[in-house]
Amino acid sequence: MSEQTGRLDRGGRIDRSRPMSFVFDGRAYRGFFGDTLASALLANGVHLVGRSFKYHRPRGIYAAGVEEPNALVGLRQGGRHEPNVVATTVELFDGLEASSQHRWPSLDFDVMSVIDRFSRVFASGFYYKTFMGPFRGAWMFYEKFIRRAAGFGDPPLEPDPDRYEKGHAFCDVLVIGGGPSGLAAALAAGRSGARVVLVEDGAELGGALLSRPQGGDTDAWLASAVGELKGLPNVRLMTRTTVFGAYDNLVFGLLERVGDHLPVPAPDQPRQRYWILRARQAVLATGMLERPIVFGNNDLPGVMLASAGRSYVNRYAVIPGRSVVVFTNNDTAYGAALDLKAAGADVAVVDVRGAIGAELDRAVREAGIALHAGCAVARANGRKRVRNVEVCVFDAVRGRIGATKSRLPCDLLLVSGGWTPTLQLLGQRGAPLAYDDKRAMLIAGAVPAGYRVAGSAAGEPGVRQRVASGMRQGGAAAEACGYAPSPEPGVLPVRLPDEPAMTGIAPVAVIPDPPGAGYRKKFVDFQHDVGYDDIALALSEGYESIEHLKRYTTLGMAPDQGKTSSFNALAIAAQMLGRPIAAVGTTTFRPPYRPVSIGALAGAETGLHFKPTRRSPMHDLHARNGAVFITTGLWLRPWYYPMPGESIREAYVREADAVRKSVGMVDVSSLGKIDVQGPDAAEFLNRVYTNAFDTLPVGRARYGVMLRPDGIVIDDGTTSRLAEHHYFMTTTTAGAGAVMTFLEYLLQTAWPDLKVQVTSVTSQWAAIAVAGPRSRDLIASLVRDVDMENAAFPFMGVRQGHLGAIPVRLLRISFSGEMAYEIYAPAGCGETLWRAISDAGPAFDLVPYGIEALGALRIEKGHVAGAEIDGRTTLADMGLARMASKKKPFIGSALMQREGLLDAHRPQLVGLESASGDMALRAGAILCEPGRHQGHGIGFVSSVTYSPALGRHVALGFVSRGLSREGDVIDAVFPLRGEVTPVRVRSAHFVDPEGRRLNA
Amino acid sequence: MLRIACPYCGERDQVEFTYGGDAASGFPALADADLDRWTDAVFIRDNPRGEHRELWQHQHGCRQWLYVVRDTVTHAIQSVVPARDASPAAGADGR
Amino acid sequence: MTHYSAFTLIRKALGANRGWTRAWRNAEPRAGYDFVIVGGGGHGLATAYYLAKEHGAASVAVIEKGYIGGGNTGRNTTIVRSNYMIDGNTRFYEKSLQLWEEMSGELNFNVMLSQRGQLNTCHSPAQMDAAARRGNIMRMNGIDAELLTREEVRRRVPILDFSDHARFPILGALWQQRAGVARHDAVAWGYARGADRHGVDIIQGCEVKGFLQEQGRIVGVRTTRGDIRAQKVGLAVAGHTSHVARMAGLRLPIETHLLQAFATEPVKPMLHCVVSFGAAHFYVSQDDKGGLVMGSDLDGYNSYGQRGDLPIVEETMADAKALIPLLSRLRVVRQWSGVMDMTMDGSPIISKSPIDGLYIDGGWCYGGFKATPASGWCFAHTLAKDRPHELNERFTLDRFRRGHQLDEKGGGPTPWAH
Repeated sequence: MSEQTGRLDRGGRIDRSRPMSFVFDGRAYRGFFGDTLASALLANGVHLVGRSFKYHRPRGIYAAGVEEPNALVGLRQGGRHEPNVVATTVELFDGLEASSQHRWPSLDFDVMSVIDRFSRVFASGFYYKTFMGPFRGAWMFYEKFIRRAAGFGDPPLEPDPDRYEKGHAFCDVLVIGGGPSGLAAALAAGRSGARVVLVEDGAELGGALLSRPQGGDTDAWLASAVGELKGLPNVRLMTRTTVFGAYDNLVFGLLERVGDHLPVPAPDQPRQRYWILRARQAVLATGMLERPIVFGNNDLPGVMLASAGRSYVNRYAVIPGRSVVVFTNNDTAYGAALDLKAAGADVAVVDVRGAIGAELDRAVREAGIALHAGCAVARANGRKRVRNVEVCVFDAVRGRIGATKSRLPCDLLLVSGGWTPTLQLLGQRGAPLAYDDKRAMLIAGAVPAGYRVAGSAAGEPGVRQRVASGMRQGGAAAEACGYAPSPEPGVLPVRLPDEPAMTGIAPVAVIPDPPGAGYRKKFVDFQHDVGYDDIALALSEGYESIEHLKRYTTLGMAPDQGKTSSFNALAIAAQMLGRPIAAVGTTTFRPPYRPVSIGALAGAETGLHFKPTRRSPMHDLHARNGAVFITTGLWLRPWYYPMPGESIREAYVREADAVRKSVGMVDVSSLGKIDVQGPDAAEFLNRVYTNAFDTLPVGRARYGVMLRPDGIVIDDGTTSRLAEHHYFMTTTTAGAGAVMTFLEYLLQTAWPDLKVQVTSVTSQWAAIAVAGPRSRDLIASLVRDVDMENAAFPFMGVRQGHLGAIPVRLLRISFSGEMAYEIYAPAGCGETLWRAISDAGPAFDLVPYGIEALGALRIEKGHVAGAEIDGRTTLADMGLARMASKKKPFIGSALMQREGLLDAHRPQLVGLESASGDMALRAGAILCEPGRHQGHGIGFVSSVTYSPALGRHVALGFVSRGLSREGDVIDAVFPLRGEVTPVRVRSAHFVDPEGRRLNA
Repeated sequence: MLRIACPYCGERDQVEFTYGGDAASGFPALADADLDRWTDAVFIRDNPRGEHRELWQHQHGCRQWLYVVRDTVTHAIQSVVPARDASPAAGADGR
Repeated sequence: MTHYSAFTLIRKALGANRGWTRAWRNAEPRAGYDFVIVGGGGHGLATAYYLAKEHGAASVAVIEKGYIGGGNTGRNTTIVRSNYMIDGNTRFYEKSLQLWEEMSGELNFNVMLSQRGQLNTCHSPAQMDAAARRGNIMRMNGIDAELLTREEVRRRVPILDFSDHARFPILGALWQQRAGVARHDAVAWGYARGADRHGVDIIQGCEVKGFLQEQGRIVGVRTTRGDIRAQKVGLAVAGHTSHVARMAGLRLPIETHLLQAFATEPVKPMLHCVVSFGAAHFYVSQDDKGGLVMGSDLDGYNSYGQRGDLPIVEETMADAKALIPLLSRLRVVRQWSGVMDMTMDGSPIISKSPIDGLYIDGGWCYGGFKATPASGWCFAHTLAKDRPHELNERFTLDRFRRGHQLDEKGGGPTPWAH
C-alpha cells in the first residue's frame, strides 16, 4: 500500500482519524473519510485515470466536481457495478473498488492510442464520408469494429440487487444549491415562515466555501447559517440530492443518493430515491463552473481547472502538484495560486492580460509567485503527465501569439478561462441566456415566472454579494408565496470578505499555435474528444448553426453534456464566423442536469410489480385447485385446470367437453360491470348500444354492441334490467375501463341533461358462469328462492335470490352456447360461492374450466371476442348487422354509413375448417383465393380451437364477402412456416345454430 | 408536470387525469345523419398552437369530466370547470 | 463538390483538413420557383432531391424556418423498419426500406443504416396470433419476417427478462432482420447535399408566415425573408402541419402531440438489435457510440411544447427495466422530445390538398423517420405529376370522410392512442 505522497499534514475537511482503503485498477490505496475518489487518487499521486473516447489519449483528473470530463471510472463489482461514474463526485468509502475504462490491455499501455496518430483522418464527421463500400451494406461490416471501439465503461452483467423509491414533496420555496447564496436564500425564506426545501448536490452544505482555506471567516458564517437552518422546522435540507430537471408548473425531478456513499445501502434504505417536488417558487443558487482555455495538448494529465486545484488543496488537503503553473485570463485563479503557494508548492502565473490590479499584484509578489503577464501557455508538453509548458507572448486583444518565450517546467498546470453560471435548469424551461461581455459569461436573460436566480449563478462576484443576493431572492420568493419578510432581512452574522470582481476578464477562449510550432491537438470537449480543428472543419463544411455544429462534431453530447465545453465551443465558433456570441446562440439544455439511473426513475415498479396485478376474488382458491394462470391485460386468470400429467390441450378439451356433456363452472369476475341507474337509463342505453334497451322488460337481459363514434365496434356484453330505472351492464374484460370512461364522457359532456348515474362495480362483484345441460339442476339444488323452471326463468332471464346465505344475481345468459347461468355475488362472498357450487358439483359431474376452454366453446358457437373486435371491424363484418336498430340513432349510427364501411367486399365473419381431413388451423393465417398467395389476401384466421363437440379443428376468420361463400374452399396461408392449408368456409355457428341448447 | 385544479378535489397531478381531447367540437345531435358534420366533429381538428379547449377526466379522483383551457405551447392552464357546466360554444371560462 | 471516400479523407487529412467544400450552399431566396417545399427536415429535403433527380425539376427550393434537420428528423429514435400490415402501408414502408438500403451509395453520404434487426416481443397467445398475422402479410408482400419462439428470442437477446419475475413473460417475438437503425442527422444532411448538387436551393432561417393566393389557388408563400412565388407549394412540416395549413384556411384530421426520447451514457456493446416491448409501448436500441436510445408513449395531450414531462419519463424507465433488468444502474444522460402530427388513424397523409397549388405531406405520427425516403419519393411524384404514386394513393385527406381509415393499431379516432 503506497503512501499518500500528495497529502498535506494539516488542514482540509477530511477526517484523518478515519482512514479508508480502496482499490483502483487492482492496486490498493489509502484515503480518508471526506475524500472523493478523485482527491484520494491525487493524494496517492495518481493522475492518469482514463483514456479518451475517440483517440484513447491519456487523461487525468480535470475538475473537482460534477463538471469533471475525464475521470470516469467503473465503480463496484457484480450486480452493483456501475460504469462511467464521475470520480470527483464519488465519496470515498472503505473497501471501494474502482477501475479505469475504455483501455486495452491497460490504462498505462493502451493499444488503441495508436488512433491518436491519425486523428486528422478521424476528424469530426469522418464516418459520414467513408465506410460506404465496396458493397451495399458495407457499413454493417465496419460498424462492428466501431461499436467495439466506442462506448466508455462495461455494461452491467448482473441484476441490480438494490431497491429504489419514489417520493412526493411539496414546498413554498425550493432553493437549489447549498452554497453561500442558497443558504442565504433558505435562511431568508425560512425565517419568514415559508416551507423551504434546500437541495444540495454534495454531501456537505457550503458549496464553494468548502474549497476555501479552513478556519476563515466564511467557515464561521457557514456554521452559523447551517446551524440556524437546521433549527428551523419549516426548512428541509436535502444533501446528496440533485435537481435534475425543471418541469412544467414548477415541478422538479430530484435524485437523492441515499446509499451511494456506503459500500451497500443500509438494509432499510433504498439505494436512491427519486423525488417529484412541487414548489410555488424556485431560487436557483446553482453556482457557476469554471471553464478551460483551449491550447495545444491541453488535455494532458496534470492540467486541471484552477478552482479544482484550490478545492483539492483546501478541502481535501491534497497537493496535486509541487511545481505549479497557473494559466488564467481573469483574477479568480489567483486564489488558487496563493493557496497552493501557501501549501508549499512552487507557483508561477501566466496571465494573458498585460497587467493586473495593484492589490493582486502586491499579493503575488509578497507570496513569491512569478508572474508572466501578457503571456499565454501555448501548449503543454509531457506524455502521461504534464512536464513543462510553453509560454509565449500573447496579445489578448488581437489574439496574436509570438514565438515560444520560455518553457516552464511543472507537474501541474491550473487553468482558468472564466466562469459559466450553471443555468441548465432555466435552459430546460426554454429561458433565453444573454451574453454579458463585461464578465464574459452567459447569464439569465428573461427569467420564467416563479424562478429567481441568486449568487454566482447570477454572476455575483464575491461571497458577500452572493450571500446578499441569496437573502434578497429567498426573501422575495417567500413574499411571493404570501409570507411577510422576516424582521431582520439580510443581516449577516459575520463579516464576509470581498473577492475579485469578474469584470477584469480578458475573454480569451483559445490560444493559437505559436508560429513555426508543429501541430498539437487542442481540445474543447474532452469527453467526446472534440477539438478546435473539428469546429473549424465543421464550419468550413457549412455546419454553421450551433445545433449543426454540435451534432456534426458531437460537441457537448457526451454524458457531461458539455459542462466545461459548451461555452468555449460557442466562443470559438463565434470567433471563426466573425459574429458576436449572442448572434450564434446556444444549444438547448435538456434534462437531466446530471445523469440519473434508470432504476431510480423506475422506482418500485419493477419485476412483478412493473404493473399492478388484478386477481379475481377466487384467485387463491384457483391456485389451490391447481389452476394454471394466464395474464390477460392486468388480470391473472385461470387458463386451465390440469389433471395430473395433462397437457393444456388435453385439459381444455376435457373441460370443454364436460361443459357440453354435463356442466362446468368458470370464473368470469374480470368482466367489466357497470351499474346504470336513473330515470333516463333506458334512453341512455338506447343511445350507446346499437340495439334497443328501452324495450327490455324488467327481469330480462339482452346482448348489446357498442360502436365508436366512427362506426367501428368497440365492445359487447349483456345488460340486464333489474328495475325500471336500474340496469346492470357487463363489458369485456379488456374493454371495461374504456367503456366506463366513454359512458361518463357522454353523460357529462354530450348529454348532461340525461338523468343517469353510472358506477363501475367490476371489483364489487364476483362472477361465475355455470354452463352445460346440467347447469339448471346444479343451480336449482343450491338456490331455493328462485323458480328455476325453464318457463319461469327462461333464456335471457334475470333473477335475484340467494345461494345458500349469499345474495346473488342470476343471469341466464350463455357465452358457450349451452344452457348457462352467470351468478353474481358480492366480491367478498366469491370464494364461498365458488366452494358452494363446487361442493355440490360431483353429483352433476361438474368441472371447473379455464379461459382456454371458454375460448373453445365460444369459437364453436361463433361468438366474437377480442381477436374479432380488433378496432377495425363493423357490425356487419361480424355478421351482426341485425343488431343495428333502424328505429333510433345511436353512437356510430351516422358514420357507420360511410362508403368504406358499407363496401360489399369487406371481410365478413365466417367459420372455417380444414377442407381435407382434420388439420389444425393457425390463427394469423392469411386467407387467399386458391393459389393466389400475394398481397393482403381476402381475409385472415382470427381464432382457432379444437372443437370437442365436432371432434375436429375449427376456426373463425374474416373473408371478403364471406357470408356468400359458404362451402367454398380457399387457402389459409402461413408463410412464416411455409404452410398452405385449404379450408372450407362455413357458418361461424358450428354448434347448435338454432340455439336449442340455450333454451332447453 | 401539468397540475390541474379539479373543481371538486383541488389541484392535482396530471397523472390522476385522463385526457379526453379537443372539446371545441362536440358531437352533432345523435339524430343528425349528416356525414360531413359527423366527419368534421369526429376527425377534423383546429389543433391550435396556443389556447386549446380540451377535456380531462379526473379518473383517479372524482371521475368528473372537466373542461380545461390550456395553452399548447406553454402548457399553462387558464381555467378548469366541470364539463357538464360548459358548452363547447361557451367562452374561455366555460360559461 | 468533394466526393466522399476513405481516399479523400486521407488526402484531406494530409492537407490539415483544409479545402473541404460546403456540404450544401446556403441559398438566398429567389423571387420564384416551380416548386417550393416548406420544411427542411428529411421529408422535405428528400422530396426536393427526388423532384430534381427523378422528375427533372430545375427550379426547386426548400425553405426551413430554423436549420435543416432541426425538427423531428433529429429528434427521433432512428428506427427503420417495414413491419406494417394494413394494405396501403405495407408496400409503402417496404419501398422506404429499399430506398434506405441504397441511400448511402445514392447520396455519397454514409447514413449508417445498420440492419441489425428488430424484435417485437409478444407476451400473450393473442399477441402471438397478431404477430403471426402481421408477419404472414409481410412475407406475402416480399418483406422479411420471422416468428420466434421464447427460446429463439432468448438466444438472440439473452439480456431480456426471462426470469420468473417478469410481470409479462415473453412468449415469442416477430423479427425483421432488415429493420434497424440509421443516423438521423445524416439523412437530412445527405439529402441536402444531394439536392444541392441537383440545383435545389436550400434556404434556412426562412419561416412561412402565409400563402400567396390568386383566384383560389396557392401561388407562393409569404416568408420572413419576403414573398416567394411558386407553381406548386408542398408542405413537409410534420408536427406543425395544422399550423401552417391553417394559414391557407385548411383544417386537418391531425392533432399535435409530444413524443419523448431518451439516451443513456455510452457503454460497450450490450444490445445488438432493436427491441420493441410488446407489453408496453417501448422501444430501445444501442447507438454506435454506445448509448441506449429509448422511446415510449406520447405525453398524451395536445402540445407544441417540445419538452416532455415526468410521467412519461417514469413510465419509460419502468418499461426499460421491465424489458431489460440489467439497465437498472445505467443512467439517462439526455431526455428530449419532438412534436408529432398525430392523425385520426395513425397513418400519414401524402396528398393534394383541396386548394389548387397546395400539397400536403404530413401526419407522420411517430413513424416519420423510417418513411423519409419513400415519403420524399411519393411526394415528389405527387407534386410533379399532380397525382399520387400508387404507393401513396391511399394516404388521402378524404379517407376519413369515405370510411377508408388505415388503422394499423385499431385505435380509432383517438390520435394520442395510436
